[in-house]
Amino acid sequence: MVIAEIENAQLKKSVPEFGPGDQVRVTVRVTEGGRERTQPYQGVVIARRNSGVKETFTVRRVTHGIGVERTFFTHSPRVEKIEVLRRGRVRRAKLFYLRGRSGRAARIKEDRRR
Amino acid sequence: MKLVEQALLGRKLAMTQVFAEDGRLVPVTVISAGPCVVVQRRKAGRDGRESLQLGYEEVTKAGRLNRPLSGHFRRAGEKAKTEIPPCRHLKEVYLANPEAYQVGDRIAVDVFAPGQRVDVTGVSKGKGFAGVQKRYGFRGGPAAHGSMSHRRPASGGATDPARVFPGTKKPGHMGNVKVTVKGLRVHEVRGKDNLLLVEGAVPGPKGGLVLVSLPRGGGEAGEKDESE
Repeated sequence: MVIAEIENAQLKKSVPEFGPGDQVRVTVRVTEGGRERTQPYQGVVIARRNSGVKETFTVRRVTHGIGVERTFFTHSPRVEKIEVLRRGRVRRAKLFYLRGRSGRAARIKEDRRR
Repeated sequence: MKLVEQALLGRKLAMTQVFAEDGRLVPVTVISAGPCVVVQRRKAGRDGRESLQLGYEEVTKAGRLNRPLSGHFRRAGEKAKTEIPPCRHLKEVYLANPEAYQVGDRIAVDVFAPGQRVDVTGVSKGKGFAGVQKRYGFRGGPAAHGSMSHRRPASGGATDPARVFPGTKKPGHMGNVKVTVKGLRVHEVRGKDNLLLVEGAVPGPKGGLVLVSLPRGGGEAGEKDESE
């Protein structure tokens, strides 16, 4: 009970509903040389893992032809904001198959129902 | 006997993870520490040593304590002219400044502060009669090709001395011994709930009795790591 209290106290009040396949923009707080600023990171959510304080999600994007994946703690104070830009229609929970694909093959259909 | 700055008895509740200010998710052990009552002050002249006897966890049901012990608490209370609750656990601690406390004083978690480095002593989980791989991390033999020496200790030593040297690592009882983990950083102190959040693992099972102590001169050394 004490443990649950400590853990729950750290959870964010509101995390938008998002899942694998969604295009998101994550606003990350970064500290550089003692100065703090925010930095956006945009891409496709390819996985969500664990629950509670330990929950993480992985965002994949391709820049300059190089695939980049970043994993964030959903409830980290470093993650300031998560915006869902586009809902994707996918049939699995982990989209690791995107790693082997590029261009048209890596497309994700938009889910207009959500 | 090693002197310490502060000492407090507590119970290990469980481990969890907590976000630090810089966004790191740090593993912490939650300890329900104190409050402890000073039941006795031992003095060099009479007892041959300077120490404090701390009591932890009140015994609520009358009759659960035997008569010699209940007398000990009653007399301590009379001497201090305050009520001293009979405690389940008594522990003698050697503080650097035992004069700071008197019989009947209550010590709470707020003697610790975040950033300090503390030592935590507990009784490790018993593993029973353990083989040499689990107990000492031996590598073990091949799994197949007729090896038959899967988890065996292999050689016990040279044949020339015609005996096994004392201290040779062999299978045997593992765990259930007193273990002290040193230099754990205090992450947070919650005075209101008597909780102490210490970074890292602590010996013993959940609910196990632990002694948290602040080593002499230790304390503030922890703040350095903070700036790194």
